[in-house]
Amino acid sequence: MIELIIFLVLMTLGYLVGQYAEKRHYESIIKREQKLKNLPTIASRFPPPGKRLDQQLVMGSTVISIDYFKRFIATLRNLFGGRVTSYESLLDRARRESLLRMKEQANELGAEYVFNVKYETASISKGRNNTIGSVEVLAYGTALLRPSEAP
Amino acid sequence: MLISNMEILPGKQIQKHLGLVQGSSVRAKHVGRDIMASLKNIFGGELKGYTELLQESRDEAMDRMQQQAQAIGANAILNVRFSTSSVAQGAAEIYVYGSAVILE
Repeated sequence: MIELIIFLVLMTLGYLVGQYAEKRHYESIIKREQKLKNLPTIASRFPPPGKRLDQQLVMGSTVISIDYFKRFIATLRNLFGGRVTSYESLLDRARRESLLRMKEQANELGAEYVFNVKYETASISKGRNNTIGSVEVLAYGTALLRPSEAP
Repeated sequence: MLISNMEILPGKQIQKHLGLVQGSSVRAKHVGRDIMASLKNIFGGELKGYTELLQESRDEAMDRMQQQAQAIGANAILNVRFSTSSVAQGAAEIYVYGSAVILE
């Protein structure tokens, strides 16, 4: 009986706090994406020819965790199959946040472009029964800076 | 030391390839962070302690890679790649590798 109560409390807490946190996170992501939309990040492997720019490696990473409610839903999904939307939004948030952090770093350095952007995802802590609790996403690329010395 | 994840540098010639250089670091977090993380597992959200931890170990791995490159006399590392793997509960390995070159 006590176990059931604990479970229900965790579910409600996870649902309420998790929903709220996700909503706030998305709001902040969208706001910051708007601010940084003038800095192009490109997955192309080669920089534009002709221009001579200094370059530097930039990266941003995020470790983000799923809440109790969503994890339970995802476990249920494992029975029936289909889209696991709770993990989709988790990974989406992690990717966008990492890219934003990378862009913020590049912006501080005064970059014109970020080239060769790559993502790298790892699940860090596997919880009980090997359910993925949290993921780490790293975004990295080469920032092309305006030359520091006058030509 | 120039570190870049592109294969070529615009406007610069590679004089000599010196081969692969690498650095790795395995870290575990302390108990306090672990407790915070398990709380976050209920509420969801970012695990700041883990983000910092991985950032630190990534810096260390890059440091090691740079030292290795310096030891063989390179002045740039190109085509750098990162890779992460969880070795055990709560410990992560960060691995960085790239090709050391001498630029003219």
